[in-house]
Amino acid sequence: MEASRRKFLRIGGACALGLGALGISDALAGSSEERETKRAEALSAARWGMAIDMKKCWENGKPGCIECILACHACHNVPDIGNRKEEIKWLWTEKYENAFPGQLSGLEPPAFRERPFLVLCNHCANAPCARVCPTRATFKRADGITMIDYHRCIGCRYCMAACPYGARSFNFKEPREHIKTELNRAFPTRERGVVENCNFCEERLGAGKVPACVEACEKQNCGAMVFGDLEDPGSKVRKLLAAHFSIRRKPELGTEPGVYYIIQGAHYA
Amino acid sequence: MKIYDGKFIIAGLVAFIGLATFPIWSNIGKASPLPEPKLDTPAIQQMEQKQCVLTRDEMRTGHMRLLDEWRIEVVRNGGRIYTATDGKIYEMSLQNECMRCHSNKTRFCDACHSYVGLPNSTPYCWTCHIAPREKD
Repeated sequence: MEASRRKFLRIGGACALGLGALGISDALAGSSEERETKRAEALSAARWGMAIDMKKCWENGKPGCIECILACHACHNVPDIGNRKEEIKWLWTEKYENAFPGQLSGLEPPAFRERPFLVLCNHCANAPCARVCPTRATFKRADGITMIDYHRCIGCRYCMAACPYGARSFNFKEPREHIKTELNRAFPTRERGVVENCNFCEERLGAGKVPACVEACEKQNCGAMVFGDLEDPGSKVRKLLAAHFSIRRKPELGTEPGVYYIIQGAHYA
Repeated sequence: MKIYDGKFIIAGLVAFIGLATFPIWSNIGKASPLPEPKLDTPAIQQMEQKQCVLTRDEMRTGHMRLLDEWRIEVVRNGGRIYTATDGKIYEMSLQNECMRCHSNKTRFCDACHSYVGLPNSTPYCWTCHIAPREKD
């Protein structure tokens, strides 16, 4: 067969046109039915966030209250390794100087500096953990929750190096052997070799329930933890933040944390 | 034609073929019985219409694909509800939905998985997901 340059160009052009049309036909075929997969009672938000009123936490709760931590760790089968180097934590306490190092003047009331501050994953808008994850196991959901797909996590711990809040824990050991609470058989455990963190109780939100820590706090009539949509000006959390002065952890890093701490004026002497 | 050192070569060849085919002839006549995944759990027996999410043939050949789709939808898209072709609603959850009926992991899942030579830990569902309690 004789192939002139003109003929070759003509055939090439026809092929390119055909390939271009593929995209159009794909788009037409793909726009068929989209099934609803969310439950009717599921809670939804543009961006989930939390406000913690530390004064209420210290004053309304019973002395040394850690009901929220116990509820969270029992609900999610979080193991108690019993060793600080390998510990797994979703929600825990930290001193002011460690939680807010950039906001430390050194002249705070001494009692204030001794109090425990509740800390957890901040579900940052610019989450560094999600940016560095090589397998995209850590990702941002549309509602702002920073999630880990444990099926995809390879345990490289880049996310732990990237997280400025120490909010991620690595399973150095088989976690199942160290679960001290009664196993929640409706929620999975993790396995050795994956990183885990707070998931803002996305499994409970999907079933129309508020996070376990918030529920436990409300049960104690403490009301220190308020959860809601940060993008909705009418939400409880936004109203609270509009009425009170609040700080966030390490705001200078530009991660845009979603957990706010309300600091009410009080005498801690 | 003469083969130099013929007896050594032929004896070596025979020994080699014998060893290389060892897995075949040592297993002749010892076929493992076909797996019989048990469907006699209390939850299944109570069902009027014994119907899984998909038809039996589709489940047999495609349960892994269905589980993979469910996993992606739940973990990455936050969806929880699956509508079957007959309009029935299922929660997309291995631990809470599949195992609610198939509460006999060792005699259902493991029956075939070990027949086809997958070790107990593969597919590694149960390192994280909690298998149902079984009586025996």
